[in-house]
Amino acid sequence: MQYNWKGCVPTVWDTVFPYLLSGISVGGQYALIAIGYTMVYGILRLINFAHGDVFMVAGIVMVYIAASGLPLWLCIPLVLLITVGIGFLIERVAYKPLRSAPRMSVMISAIGVSYTLQNLVLYITGGLNKQYPTIPWISETVVIGPAKTKLVTVVTPFLVILLVFALVTLINKTKIGMAMRAVSKDFETSQLMGIKINNVISATFIIGSFLAGVGSVLYFTNYPTVIQTSGAMPGLKAFVAAVFGGIGSIPGAVIGAFIIGVMENIIKGLDVILFKAGITSGPLGLATFSDAFTFALLIIILVVKPTGLFGEKVTDKV
Amino acid sequence: MKKWIALLLAVMMIVPAFAFADDMPVVKIGVYEPASGDSGAGGKQETLGVQYANAKTPTVTIGGVEYKVELVMADNGSSTDKAPSAAQQLVSAGVSVVLGSYGSGVSIAGSQYFKDANIPAIGLTCTNPQVTAGNSHYFRVCFLDPFQGTVLANYASKELGASTVYCLGELGNDYDQGLITYFKQAFEGLGGTVIKEDFPTGTADFTSYLTNASMYSADVFFCPVSIAYSTQIIQQAAAQGLEIAILGGDTLDSNVVADADKGTNVKVIITTFYQEGANAEFDEGFKAWLNENPDMLTNNGGNDVISAVSVMGYDGYYMALAALQAAGSIDGAAVMAALPSVEIDGVSGHIKFDDTGDAIRTSAFVKTVDTATGEWLFVTEQTVD
Repeated sequence: MQYNWKGCVPTVWDTVFPYLLSGISVGGQYALIAIGYTMVYGILRLINFAHGDVFMVAGIVMVYIAASGLPLWLCIPLVLLITVGIGFLIERVAYKPLRSAPRMSVMISAIGVSYTLQNLVLYITGGLNKQYPTIPWISETVVIGPAKTKLVTVVTPFLVILLVFALVTLINKTKIGMAMRAVSKDFETSQLMGIKINNVISATFIIGSFLAGVGSVLYFTNYPTVIQTSGAMPGLKAFVAAVFGGIGSIPGAVIGAFIIGVMENIIKGLDVILFKAGITSGPLGLATFSDAFTFALLIIILVVKPTGLFGEKVTDKV
Repeated sequence: MKKWIALLLAVMMIVPAFAFADDMPVVKIGVYEPASGDSGAGGKQETLGVQYANAKTPTVTIGGVEYKVELVMADNGSSTDKAPSAAQQLVSAGVSVVLGSYGSGVSIAGSQYFKDANIPAIGLTCTNPQVTAGNSHYFRVCFLDPFQGTVLANYASKELGASTVYCLGELGNDYDQGLITYFKQAFEGLGGTVIKEDFPTGTADFTSYLTNASMYSADVFFCPVSIAYSTQIIQQAAAQGLEIAILGGDTLDSNVVADADKGTNVKVIITTFYQEGANAEFDEGFKAWLNENPDMLTNNGGNDVISAVSVMGYDGYYMALAALQAAGSIDGAAVMAALPSVEIDGVSGHIKFDDTGDAIRTSAFVKTVDTATGEWLFVTEQTVD
């Protein structure tokens, strides 16, 4: 008989807990990316495919800045600043000139930006994995109940909740927030009402990129190698999370991201959980389907409830 | 004004062509290796071996005429869908023989193009049997996975005393899946239990797979995956306090992996082709060459630790030169006909092909990482009876 960390017979909770922990952590990191998708969609009705790559570029920038020998407490704000700059620049260069063009053109421009960023990083790094610098405090190993993990795993969900709270306050209480709400409600009318639409859009991209930058610090501390394709998978999953929660809704994106992160990790461990609970006698190979699950969920949601969990109701204006 | 600038530029382009033209005929050797993607680090180190050999021996006498050897690089991007265009690139460049690739999957994907063009290929470290099986044009200088899998299974069972092994491979990767299959056969033959799981390409989060291994009470974590994934696995294992040893195949033999394991408590054990120190002359020369060329040092992962794949690249280059000499021609078909009977004394040992075109190898080196210094330590030279 095996004993758990308390010296008692292990329970189902002991089996499930480590997966839950991994899931909440990665879910929090998806959430920070998903907010960027959902905000841009809310304002511009554009799915910014380059967002996952902005996240990856933030990781690469960190690698190079840390390698230049700057102290880490200076690196992180600098990385966030550069990431914000990149997000702002992308909007100004690739999306703003297309403001009056059909929406499809902007989307294709976004795909172009995504590939440009990936290839730029491929060129700079030579296509090799870059080691992410170790950030002191959050990289420490901690023991929580039956699981051992990095401190960042624990910090992530709290930081996400804090940032979302700040963001919601910003949107509901400030002037720029009010402008954002107005623009997302009706693009043309708010323009007529004297809202400087370009400033609002830039602010959206700045907030989205800032959160992606924070997300990249947390994500790459957990999974510490960066390559030009590092942003693709997290970006896609965050996008699914945003759609799942109802694209355009910030709480929806966050809850969707946590659900996807947790489900994905539970599926990776489902064989073990079923085996330990005595339901199956051996591994079934379910772990293979963890990604397939995420994308199957996207299809199901789009078929059953196209507006997602918290999506805005579509009202036809006559 | 514009005309003058255009003219000036045109002249500038022509001048170097005249300045560097010399009379020596050129023989082209294709280097079919990944320079980007998950296996980019390994591919670059393998290419370094070829480049070093080329720097040491830049000419070859074929049929009484001295030829300059030109290396033609093609990046197969570690992926089977980019491999065909890289292979076609080499074919259209008119190479006489191809070296590579790191990674069995891309070797198999490019194979047909070399066959159609009557160009022989010499696999350097691709260990999957399917690379050469049934192919008269593909040869290889390293050992094979059925052999490597058996060595690893024996080591896990007898030396590590394992009864349950958790295997993790990348979905759809011929190398990972092949080696795990052979390992499984051998390990189950020794009376052990094997649990196997797969992860999709592009995975970065291995925490749940590591949890699975400890939940199944596995004694060994076997992951013969690309360098990119293995470094992630090692670092996440360190964070989770994984107590069992991580076992890997030849792909893990890289200073990048050793660096990832430095300063952790994770035990990493691998099988490979060469152990630094076995040939002092090669070691010294190669290190000196790396340190003279900053770009090369960067390609080797930033330090001058010798990776076994570089050694195989070096031996492969001399195998190709020997074949060109034996053929007495730079024609691909002639080189192909000459290859089966070519033998050389390489850095990694005496190399001679069997009927399938595989080098006859009877031993593999077992190495482990010294977690204090981040260097590879020699454990034993393992043979299978």
